[in-house]
Amino acid sequence: MNSFTSRLNSLFAFTLSVMAALTFCCFLTTVFNDHIRPVELNVAKVLVKNVPDYSADRERSDLGLITFDLSTDLQPIFNWNVKQLFLYLTAEYKTSEHALNQVVLWDKIVERGDNTILDLKNAHTKYYFWDFGNGLKGNSNVTLTLSWNVIPNAGTLPKVQGSGSHKIVFPDQYTSGRI
Amino acid sequence: MGSFDFLDEVRRMNGRQLYYQVLNFGMIVSSALMIWKGLMVVTGSESPIVVVLSGSMEPAFHRGDLLLLTNHREEPIRVGEIVVFKIEGRDIPIVHRVLKVHEKENGTVRFLTKGDNNSVDDRGLYAKGQLWLEKKDVVGRAKAFLPYAGIVTILMNDYPKFKYAILAFLGLFVLTHRE
Repeated sequence: MNSFTSRLNSLFAFTLSVMAALTFCCFLTTVFNDHIRPVELNVAKVLVKNVPDYSADRERSDLGLITFDLSTDLQPIFNWNVKQLFLYLTAEYKTSEHALNQVVLWDKIVERGDNTILDLKNAHTKYYFWDFGNGLKGNSNVTLTLSWNVIPNAGTLPKVQGSGSHKIVFPDQYTSGRI
Repeated sequence: MGSFDFLDEVRRMNGRQLYYQVLNFGMIVSSALMIWKGLMVVTGSESPIVVVLSGSMEPAFHRGDLLLLTNHREEPIRVGEIVVFKIEGRDIPIVHRVLKVHEKENGTVRFLTKGDNNSVDDRGLYAKGQLWLEKKDVVGRAKAFLPYAGIVTILMNDYPKFKYAILAFLGLFVLTHRE
């Protein structure tokens, strides 16, 4: 009844339940935050090439080449239940083949304590902007947005789109040769 | 306290008490099973809770963290989401983030994933010749996160002897301890 192991067992069980309850309360305090922040986006260079996609099926596909400006401050999102933000820059567009295309062009991990002010000028994309097919040439409605996935210490994993977007208009002509 | 005290305990029980202990054990096993199957129905996922087994999503998820998944059919797959998917010829499902989405008018979707901590996308991990994932490959999408909660699974995976020791100990404990 009152042996050392049974005392240890109940101490362990009680510690665990207290920790679970505290974690849940911590999650409850932050569950209603909307995490939305304004983002300013712009593109400088916009080109489109038609080259074989050796990373995929080797078919000739449209490759968008852009450089972008981005500025935002994400400090207000951080609270005691935010461990990290995963930022990603998405290009969303429609082609004749696909009703919805989403391509991540750039991403960044912002951990708690990191610099939260982002001010990029003329930045290059981190990933290639390959279309699945040939839907970028002359496409005048490619929307660029910045979103983030909030990683908490414990809790839900909301995906939030920053307010503010930029519309890219791709040229009607392919660029050939080296740029 | 001798190490074989529990055997005396069993010897002292009469038939009725022994049945009771066995039934009690059965109750624990069946309620665990009911909770698991119930969660499967509510979340729509064949595996509603997964433990992160690799460091490919660090610093968001570390080994031993717990993820809650849902997989409702009407929920669309979008970039930035963390999906758990299975690859033909691999037993262990992979937890990675969606990088590209191409969705047709009729809803068929092809997407590409990448681990936050990996420098390249997952095409090297997919089955030979596979370029995209489809909806049928998805086990679930990560909706909530709990750190460290799955660490016992990691220990059991890394040290199989530890797993049998734990199972044997728990089984004996339940069978021999009277209320």
